[in-house]
Amino acid sequence: MTDSLEAFREEARSWIDENFPKGLTGVSGGFVHVRMVDKDLTDDQLLWKERMGKKGWGVPTWPAAYGGGGLDREQARVLNDELKKAGAYNPIGGMGVGMFGPTLLEYGTEEQKQKYIPDIVTGKTRWCQGFSEPNAGSDLASLQTKAEDKGDHFLINGQKTWTSGGSSADMMFCLVRTDKTRKHDGISFVVFSMHQPGIEVRPIELIAGHSPFCETFITDVKVPKDDLIGQLNQGWTVGKRLLQHERGGMDGGGQGSPSAKEGSLGVALKKYVGEDAQGRLDDPDLRTRVIANEIDRKALQQTVRRIAQEAKSNAGPSAATSVMKNAFMRISQEKAEIQIEAMGQQGLGWEGEGYTDDELQTVRAWLGGKAGSIYGGSSEIQNNIIAKRILGLPDLTQKK
Amino acid sequence: MASLTDEQSLLKDSAQGWVHSNSPVEAFRRIREQGSELGFEPEAWKEMVELGWASVVIPEEFGGVDLGYLSLGLILEQLGRTLTASPLVPSAAAGVAAISLGGSHQHKEELLPAIADGSTIATLAIDEGARHKPTNVTLSATADGDSYKLSGSKSMVIEGMAADLLIVSARVSGAEDDPDGIELFLVPTSSDGIARTRLSLIDGRGVTSIEFANVQVPASSRLEGGANLLEKVLDRTRACVCAEMLGMCTQAFETTVEYLKTRVQFDHVIGSFQALQHRAARMLTEIELSRSAVEAALSGIDADVDNVSELVSIAKAKMGDTLHLVTNEMIQMHGGIGMTDEHDAGLYIKRARTTAALYGNQAFHRERYARLMGF
Repeated sequence: MTDSLEAFREEARSWIDENFPKGLTGVSGGFVHVRMVDKDLTDDQLLWKERMGKKGWGVPTWPAAYGGGGLDREQARVLNDELKKAGAYNPIGGMGVGMFGPTLLEYGTEEQKQKYIPDIVTGKTRWCQGFSEPNAGSDLASLQTKAEDKGDHFLINGQKTWTSGGSSADMMFCLVRTDKTRKHDGISFVVFSMHQPGIEVRPIELIAGHSPFCETFITDVKVPKDDLIGQLNQGWTVGKRLLQHERGGMDGGGQGSPSAKEGSLGVALKKYVGEDAQGRLDDPDLRTRVIANEIDRKALQQTVRRIAQEAKSNAGPSAATSVMKNAFMRISQEKAEIQIEAMGQQGLGWEGEGYTDDELQTVRAWLGGKAGSIYGGSSEIQNNIIAKRILGLPDLTQKK
Repeated sequence: MASLTDEQSLLKDSAQGWVHSNSPVEAFRRIREQGSELGFEPEAWKEMVELGWASVVIPEEFGGVDLGYLSLGLILEQLGRTLTASPLVPSAAAGVAAISLGGSHQHKEELLPAIADGSTIATLAIDEGARHKPTNVTLSATADGDSYKLSGSKSMVIEGMAADLLIVSARVSGAEDDPDGIELFLVPTSSDGIARTRLSLIDGRGVTSIEFANVQVPASSRLEGGANLLEKVLDRTRACVCAEMLGMCTQAFETTVEYLKTRVQFDHVIGSFQALQHRAARMLTEIELSRSAVEAALSGIDADVDNVSELVSIAKAKMGDTLHLVTNEMIQMHGGIGMTDEHDAGLYIKRARTTAALYGNQAFHRERYARLMGF
């Protein structure tokens, strides 16, 4: 470690010590927390958010010119390290941080960056994604929400679906059709406020119960041309880049990775299934499937570690990174099925009396987990990508 | 690929280069056609020894380069790609493990350099019966003064015809399946009372069964460690077999993908059909998971972690399943020609089957995994 990095570590450590409310030690930042609106935050949580927002360390590597931390990657790593050591979470998150912000920093004009980045840095603006439509899921480029050119503004009409956090969002970044004659090259990327009369948000109830997902109905919404991000009809390129940022957060190394600390599922299931005289899980059929799943999960953890090692070496990413989502989803869905099966009647509870919180949560997670092989690039799409981009197999369109 | 040191990268590249220039699959076919008793090409083995491959896990003080099991695995993976036959696994891995971990200083001084220079080929004689159950030992070792007399049979002795030295598991006491009472002995194949029978396996490799009729060995030939030593030796051997399986699997997959890109039917390259694309993607996913497991087992052995057995069972089970998938898909995706002996697919599936069975198949290792984890 260089002297200047050491000095930065000390700076970070002491700033965190002075500014992190000790009562929040060990609280998990997590997906859920970052989605809570300010009115639902405790005083300490709000204070921490304000302090980190002002310091710009919620987005450590973003340019200081827009309020970001202005740190390099090494410093950001050190900061993350010090936060972890102090049991402190990053209170700044959401789609602005993970997806839109990085994309805007690459494609936005100076004015757009000045206008939108600072409020992402402080966590003031909540962003949502307007991409999928009822008729445009895997085939996103077939989207139909239209943007008519009205001189100094666009007039937007259409419907978006799977709008995550739509009911609490302030702004939407949205892919719209600006040219009906061309598919990918007729799409533009715009942003607009969710707080206006032409926006109607309806929450979507999922099989797992409440979800953050919504349908968004857009009627005669005016978007000034200043809020076109990137060039007209170049929105597909901007959107693709944004999806790369989204999928970067989904690789097994992030929130999705199986915890190395997870104990043996087989041992845990003895609680429901019991054990025989030799201490074996007392259901030979289930036991076989538990063993196979545990071995798969361990191989998955080992793959996460290998990917991390490869990222550090000069060799560059291997095929392992591309296969992670499908592998992770298959293996975690199989695990959920095994758990529900093992729990017997205790795995059938929807809510209320007669079931522990853990049991109810396991049931909801089993149902909700089925989305994993569908969103963020379905398993079928991932297989197409692996086959074509990694293995170099050809498209069907080319006749020989 | 795990993070490699410079030395390891060089080793891998040199193995890759040697195999490419000197040992394509045709080399194995020749051995098979000739009905070679040894089951490998002595000239090729000589070259491997000259390249230092037999000395990879031997400590420097005994004539080795001490680069560890991951390094040996890198070589074996390359050899596995072209089904190259050699006694590297039984001698340079198993033999060395047994002597290093259980041998006296004298054993190490006498035998390790001889294994390193190829003048001694060692192998394990530890299986009896149809399925791998290392604690089921009926071959008896009866103490007789300052020697032992060994009587019984062993099966599935790999490279048995080429071996000069056997590492034999024998029972000095206890019931048939009792781990206590099992000891490992160093037994020269030249000893009186040893009768080797060359078996003809589907994979054409040199495997023997061996009869021991009152084979006398000095007491000093007993290795220290009993059943615990046997398990450690087996784990190192298993991890090395996994490395060979990984190479076979990767090559079988690559050959198949190449075929998908070239075979034309119905006016299209068959690799453009989505059903085949998805099956190929599934195979790649399983290969990547298996690679991680195999490399983790080899690295774990080198780092002397507490859970080597767990890592090895994960690797052997996972690799076995994946190799099974890929070699079967290799035949299926090649269609009719995959069923011909002329095509390589048959060679891969046969070797896949024997390596799966060697030193514990998937079921054996899944069971062992569960017992180790406590369920």
